[in-house]
Amino acid sequence: MGLKIIVLAKQVPDTRNVGKDAMKADGTVNRAALPAIFNPEDLNALEQALRLKDIHKGSTVTLLTMGPGRAADIIREGLYRGADNGFLLTDRAFAGSDTLATSYALSCAIRKIKDYDLIIAGRQAIDGDTAQVGPQVAEKLGLPQITYAEDILSADKKKIVVKRRLERGVETVEAPFPCVITVNGSAASCRPRAAKLIMKYKHARTISERQNQSEDYIDLTADRPYLNIQEWSVNDIETDHQWLGLTGSPTKVKTIENVVFQAKESKVLSGTDAEIEELIKELIVNHTIG
Amino acid sequence: MDEGKVADVSLELLTKGRTLATRLNCKLEAVVLGHKLKGVEDQMFPYGADIVHIGDDARLDPYTTLPHAAVINGLFTEQKPQIALLGASTMGRDLGPRVSSALVSGLTADCTALEIGDHEDKKAGKVYKDLLYQIRPAFGGNIVATIINPDCRPQMATVREGVMKKEIFSAGHKGKAVQLDVNKYLKPEDVVVKVIERHMEKSRVNIKNSSIIVSGGYGMGSKENFRVLYDLAEVLGGEVGASRAAVDAGYVDHDRQVGQTGITVRPKLYIACGISGQIQHTAGMEESSMVIAINNDPNAPINKIADYVITGDVMEIIPRMIKYYKKNSK
Ligand SMILES: Cc1cc2nc3c(=O)[nH]c(=O)nc-3n(C[C@H](O)[C@H](O)[C@H](O)COP(=O)(O)OP(=O)(O)OC[C@H]3O[C@@H](n4cnc5c(N)ncnc54)[C@H](O)[C@@H]3O)c2cc1C
Ligand SMILES: Nc1ncnc2c1ncn2[C@@H]1O[C@H](COP(=O)(O)O)[C@@H](O)[C@H]1O
Repeated sequence: MGLKIIVLAKQVPDTRNVGKDAMKADGTVNRAALPAIFNPEDLNALEQALRLKDIHKGSTVTLLTMGPGRAADIIREGLYRGADNGFLLTDRAFAGSDTLATSYALSCAIRKIKDYDLIIAGRQAIDGDTAQVGPQVAEKLGLPQITYAEDILSADKKKIVVKRRLERGVETVEAPFPCVITVNGSAASCRPRAAKLIMKYKHARTISERQNQSEDYIDLTADRPYLNIQEWSVNDIETDHQWLGLTGSPTKVKTIENVVFQAKESKVLSGTDAEIEELIKELIVNHTIG
Repeated sequence: MDEGKVADVSLELLTKGRTLATRLNCKLEAVVLGHKLKGVEDQMFPYGADIVHIGDDARLDPYTTLPHAAVINGLFTEQKPQIALLGASTMGRDLGPRVSSALVSGLTADCTALEIGDHEDKKAGKVYKDLLYQIRPAFGGNIVATIINPDCRPQMATVREGVMKKEIFSAGHKGKAVQLDVNKYLKPEDVVVKVIERHMEKSRVNIKNSSIIVSGGYGMGSKENFRVLYDLAEVLGGEVGASRAAVDAGYVDHDRQVGQTGITVRPKLYIACGISGQIQHTAGMEESSMVIAINNDPNAPINKIADYVITGDVMEIIPRMIKYYKKNSK
């Protein structure tokens, strides 16, 4: 029994390295100023997909990502780790999407891919921590959802059993296919890149990437079709433009403000023994501690 | 709901909702879904609820997404609320996006403040009155973003437990309880996900209610170094907290994370060790009565909100704090 699995993966600015110029004046993220990485929980999601593929021979894992041209890196990264193919959804028409417009565009692309049993996303993307896109994609496709998945316990052609990690406990649930699962960071980490797969896919490119490179590349994909990363623009999928990008986003950023902390009058200590002892005594005397 | 009791975060949202409703001159309504909910409204009236909609049905307990979403979507379509607030619990974050997608309304996650205000769209030449300002830190620098949903209803937001304060509005406040006809909203195809097993634990750490918190950041350098924080917390009788960078680095578990997407704390004493003080972190601890910052960077942003700044290496300072505490206490 082979399963057809779609993994939703997002390229995100590494928020663990944010600097001063991370935001633009209009309130959107200045992606150019930050290193771009594979959203961590999307790697956990990919691993769950690859495990299903290990168990169920004949399964395929397809990556889907929406983002700027350079998000093709996400597809290559996934191929190096064992995914079979990938789609990059990229167009100016998607710019400024909030989670709802993002989910709408992704769900249209999934409709076009058409043949699937399971959609696996990360729980949340570290750039916004919203955890909304997975459930919203499920709603748009009219599918059940299982969020906060930690482990897929079993799957057959009809149903899947999943362990969920909640705030204060665990839960095992069963859902019919097709469905959407979002995977928690507490799930197994993703296997590393395989050397063999790096060799195989290191020249995988989207058409836009190839157009910016030398002739040889075009020849290369002629006899190796797997080196072609499929790139879809808004015209390649069926959409209603009113639900896309900024117009399709009900939430708007009204203002972005720099917070000026009410600087307290702080006492500065350099950390000598005498100072530390003095501080501790003070805290004991005023009953803050002790 | 939490074992027959309305969850704290819901009461906190009722308190906030009461203020918003009074400001907007409208009713504050609540929705409770579950099973065996008799008398639940009495827990909510004192917090200012005017109407409590109750959906009591075996199919609504334990929680699964689709039945809950079906009832809420149906109810919201009829009642057209202007604002809907949800706790940012695992349940709220599972349900919120599903509802917002079905109703095509915007949803802002993890707000740290909610206010009412106007908005002028200069380009379209339109003025919007009394919108919900959904305020949350945005990443990078010390930035706070105000998000609005000018055209879509309801305006939805999730808020983490502890962010808003829970306050009795009036012990004698009485509202109206409305029993919902669940069958009207629930279709058989909504009941497809089955809960096979469920284990709930009492939370292991209780940093929310601790009056002393020793919190470590990425500057702690390793999981082993975090040990000194547990030692200090133990002698002081406090709990250990952490920044997200420390959690991400694997130094400590997520249930200790303080901040916008973690826990909001208001202890008597907060000791920030190797934490730079990004807005997402300070959003969860700035109401501490006293803050001590230990950082080797004299210009770390956290220093601005600290009462005491100790400039130096955490691994040298903390063991000496323990030593002098032991020497001077009792
Ligand atoms: C959507 C979103 C939500 C977020 N939510 C949260 C949240 O809930 N909570 C949270 O904390 N963060 C959150 N963050 C992350 C936040 O923006 C910061 O990245 C994070 O708080 C930084 O953690 P840190 O201060 O420990 O690390 P860093 O910023 O790396 O700071 C480390 C500090 O340690 C100091 N240091 C280094 N070595 C030593 C030493 N030996 N002795 C003393 N000092 C030393 C350094 O000078 C520095 O100031 C969120 C981010 C995003 C994008
Ligand atoms: N642009 C995108 N392309 C592909 N997947 C996405 C995109 N945005 C979000 N996702 C998926 O949805 C999850 C939740 O994202 P978010 O709602 O932004 O926190 C992510 O972990 C991804 O799996």
